[in-house]
Amino acid sequence: MSAARPRIAVVGAAAAGLAAAEGLRRLGWDGVITLVGDEPRLPYDRPPLSKQVLSGAWEPERTALRDSAQLSGLELDLRLGTRATAYDPLERTLTLDGDGPTVLRCAGVVAATGVTPRTLPGADGIEGVHVLRTLDDALVLRRRLAVPGRRLAVVGSGVLGAEAAAVARALGHDVALVGTQNTPMERVLGAEVGGLLAEVHRAHGVTLHTGQAVTGVRTESGRATGVVLADGTTVEADDVLLAVGSVPAVGWLRGPGAEAAGVDLSDGLGCDEFCAAAPGLYGAGDVARWYHPVLRRHLRIEHRMNASEQGLAAARNLLAELEPERFGERRPFAPVPYFWSDQYDLKLQAYGVLAGAERIEVLHLDKDPLRPAALYGTADHAVGALAIGLPPRQARSLRALAATPSTWPEAPARLTVAVDA
Amino acid sequence: MQITIDEAKCCGAGQCVLVAPEVFDQRDEDGIVVLLNASPDAAQHAAVREAATICPAAAIQVRE
Repeated sequence: MSAARPRIAVVGAAAAGLAAAEGLRRLGWDGVITLVGDEPRLPYDRPPLSKQVLSGAWEPERTALRDSAQLSGLELDLRLGTRATAYDPLERTLTLDGDGPTVLRCAGVVAATGVTPRTLPGADGIEGVHVLRTLDDALVLRRRLAVPGRRLAVVGSGVLGAEAAAVARALGHDVALVGTQNTPMERVLGAEVGGLLAEVHRAHGVTLHTGQAVTGVRTESGRATGVVLADGTTVEADDVLLAVGSVPAVGWLRGPGAEAAGVDLSDGLGCDEFCAAAPGLYGAGDVARWYHPVLRRHLRIEHRMNASEQGLAAARNLLAELEPERFGERRPFAPVPYFWSDQYDLKLQAYGVLAGAERIEVLHLDKDPLRPAALYGTADHAVGALAIGLPPRQARSLRALAATPSTWPEAPARLTVAVDA
Repeated sequence: MQITIDEAKCCGAGQCVLVAPEVFDQRDEDGIVVLLNASPDAAQHAAVREAATICPAAAIQVRE
């Protein structure tokens, strides 16, 4: 391999990084593509970790995003078990720490390092305290749940905590779901749909402790025996899963070069509408906070669909910056965000932006309380739509509502038409 | 181009149907992907590659 071939480095080898690497090659980049992953595994998928992997339905190999033949077809300079420790956007030098430090000169970099789970103060290193971000995390918890009759305390009632609680309960364990929110996923779904989800979890036998912060993990001989809530209650448990959110993995981007280049690392990697953080530096996936040109606000989305779409967009725009005459103009990244969640036999699907809504309207379209549809928005416009248990054709039709937001008087009528169609 | 799908991986997001509606559909009962054409003609190839890349369950395999 000639040393003169230009190099693009993609840092982060999960869904966003893989989509970027694949996009670069497919769009015609014939230079080196260095794909850096801190885990020793080939790229794998994370949504199944809190579902099929935790439940035991899937063996870990099933989470592979591509097989080895597909990966070798991309002719990657694949560096797994390797951490990026620094990037200087002015010099365009990337420092890696695999078998000793390596400094690579890059034509461009896509940052797709994702997020790392938050924990609780003092909880690190306690046996029986888990997080759920990597395949190894999932396999450790799965081994514990393979023994019947465990008591699991799930701390954090966001989507990850709610899914893990559902899986553990379905396996027959004694499950407590503790969260500062008043219902599971309240911050995203709102009080009414969240309340419905709370009923579903209760009906399946999960004990909910809502509106409660956890102040500490109780231990005996270094092993977790439960969690202590703000009101002093102790929830006894054999295992504790911390699902209390995450922090963007941007430490490697900090430094004088980033400061001089004006890189914004205040909440993830700040990017413009082209997913660019600085000349030659693009962000994708959970780590990237970019300006959505249609919604006219910055978003940082920790959902699977965005990871792939943004990885591909970042690759395309980086190439367009490097060689516009060959790869064309950069294009603003303006997706319709999508997420789904599986809990018990319910499938939640949502398009657009739900979190932080100023106004929510819930419609019960077919009188089944477990199948609501809801609209989320600002004071003026509905910008998000959610449905539970909706057949695929109708669920897809919700996308149009989020793609072209309507004013509130129009939105419920559009939703009714979309779902009836 | 030869497409294969892994139904057990499919999460029913329907993004493939949005990107390449002549190649993919979804079952009404559970939203699982239905392959309408396993070897589409060249006009569909770009859309199919994009569908495979953005599929949030990596359930679409493309061989060329």
